[in-house]
Amino acid sequence: MAVEQEIVLTVRNLSKLYGPGCPDCLSLTGPEAGTNICPRCHTIVACNGVSFELESGEILGIVGESGSGKSTLVRCLYFDEDATSGECCFSAFGDGRANAFAQTSQARRYIRNHLLGIVYQNPLMGIKPHFTAGGNVAEKLLTADVYNVSAIRQRAAALLERTEVPLARMDDFPAHFSGGMQQRVQIAKALANNPPVLLLDEVTTGLDVSVQARVLDLIKEIQQDLGIAMLVVSHDLGVIRILADRTAVMQHGQVLEFGLTDQILEDPQHRYTQLLVHSTL
Amino acid sequence: MSATVNSAATPARQPRGYNFAFLDENTKREIRRKLLKAVAIPGYQVPFASPELPIARGWGTGGLQITMAIIGPEDVLKVIDQGCDGSVNAVNIRNLLVKTTGVDTTFDTTAASIVQTRHRVPEEPMRADQILVLQVPIPEPLRYVEASEAKTREMHGEMDYSRMWVYLYENIVQYGEISIGARYPSLVNRRYLMDPSPIPRWDVPKLSMSPTLHLFGAGREKRIYAVPPHTLVEPLEFEDFRFRVEEFSGRSCLRCGATDTYMNELFDRVSGQKLYACSDSGYCDKRRAAQERRAD
Repeated sequence: MAVEQEIVLTVRNLSKLYGPGCPDCLSLTGPEAGTNICPRCHTIVACNGVSFELESGEILGIVGESGSGKSTLVRCLYFDEDATSGECCFSAFGDGRANAFAQTSQARRYIRNHLLGIVYQNPLMGIKPHFTAGGNVAEKLLTADVYNVSAIRQRAAALLERTEVPLARMDDFPAHFSGGMQQRVQIAKALANNPPVLLLDEVTTGLDVSVQARVLDLIKEIQQDLGIAMLVVSHDLGVIRILADRTAVMQHGQVLEFGLTDQILEDPQHRYTQLLVHSTL
Repeated sequence: MSATVNSAATPARQPRGYNFAFLDENTKREIRRKLLKAVAIPGYQVPFASPELPIARGWGTGGLQITMAIIGPEDVLKVIDQGCDGSVNAVNIRNLLVKTTGVDTTFDTTAASIVQTRHRVPEEPMRADQILVLQVPIPEPLRYVEASEAKTREMHGEMDYSRMWVYLYENIVQYGEISIGARYPSLVNRRYLMDPSPIPRWDVPKLSMSPTLHLFGAGREKRIYAVPPHTLVEPLEFEDFRFRVEEFSGRSCLRCGATDTYMNELFDRVSGQKLYACSDSGYCDKRRAAQERRAD
């Protein structure tokens, strides 16, 4: 573990505010204040000074209750939402020093299409139900500038096979698939451009237990085989325990505790983490 | 101000009660301004302010307004509809323009200075001193894949055409080829995706690097766009599924015998045969006349 790892993603002081905002928003909210709503201007502080580094090939877990800001964090990193302040640097973009949040929308689109993959909790946010399963994977490849139909089909078939979607259904519409299968199509799509960073937002929530287990196995396998760095967001400590090497615990928009997953689960330091760990075990 | 300027230039044949070319000068100026912008940004759809018109929108009013804004008393006009000088839409638009301007008209592409067209680019190559005005029903190529105008504008802004590509991919998966006949989405100047109006695929390569100025007007949607002379127009194609024009091999025009033109299919109910004739009637007539001269 002591081997020096390359850092693929650095996030510094990421904050996301919904509302007018005032100079005291960040200081008057957070775990100590017990709220993420600024008492002065009623702005919702979804993320408050979040910083972390993601190493190549590792899985970083982010755990926290509903409304703690974990999904907002992921959405900001995928540029679905504009971060209010903070920096985000990808090692594969601009020598790893350019702040992705400050780039033009074209450059952000490039980062999104070439350097990122995302799997949302709701598969229909990530895939289009009225494109075929193959077409959905193709979309990601086309955004990454692959313009060869047979190459696209080969790659799509390989990915769908990998994610256990029957190839016979490659040219069917995900609108007619089960939830678990839609989720696997979404994972195939997210992997299509071989992204160095994959964002997973509550991927197993809403799936039944046996399907959950297979999706988790799949994610673990993909990480081991392809060495993709992943950010796994979940409110489920079980998922975090299985997947994550390191874990950050979030509450009211701030990171409370950050460390090796085992350490956090076995010896939680912060009171909130202790509560979280003990209430689930 | 415009009334005094124009009354001096009014040709004798023009009836009273109209400005030259029907539109008032301010409207023409608005359209010309937007034409300049369209030419400056090839393939970009420029919105324009449009007045009430003497014919219903959707009947070629986009092309008509452009023609009215650029036409002068010295121009020679040709108007075609589906390649034909004699169909209803072409005749009515030509009559309206002649009535309000008094310009000369022609059926001969090479003799015209302005050609207004619906659904075809003339077979004979056009020159740098000519302008082709196309009537456009649906200016937005992304309308196939995105219903919202706000979204499509954003997609153009970011040059995000992946959904159009997926549409073409799905087409290939479903039919084994790209099934779009007319309105084939094409990239202008390596930047903007353009709907080349419903011209057949046959005509799309003619727009690329042509010496002629092509102006596109959509009256209902109030959009103007342009392919300036010597501008690259590239139909979207995959590396292994190339863009193809329509296939007419082994067929010839029943009137003039041409084998290298875009042809209409005619069905003879008596013999049960399929017959073919040039879609560009002006070109077909010209070939026949030349053949007759040779025969004499």
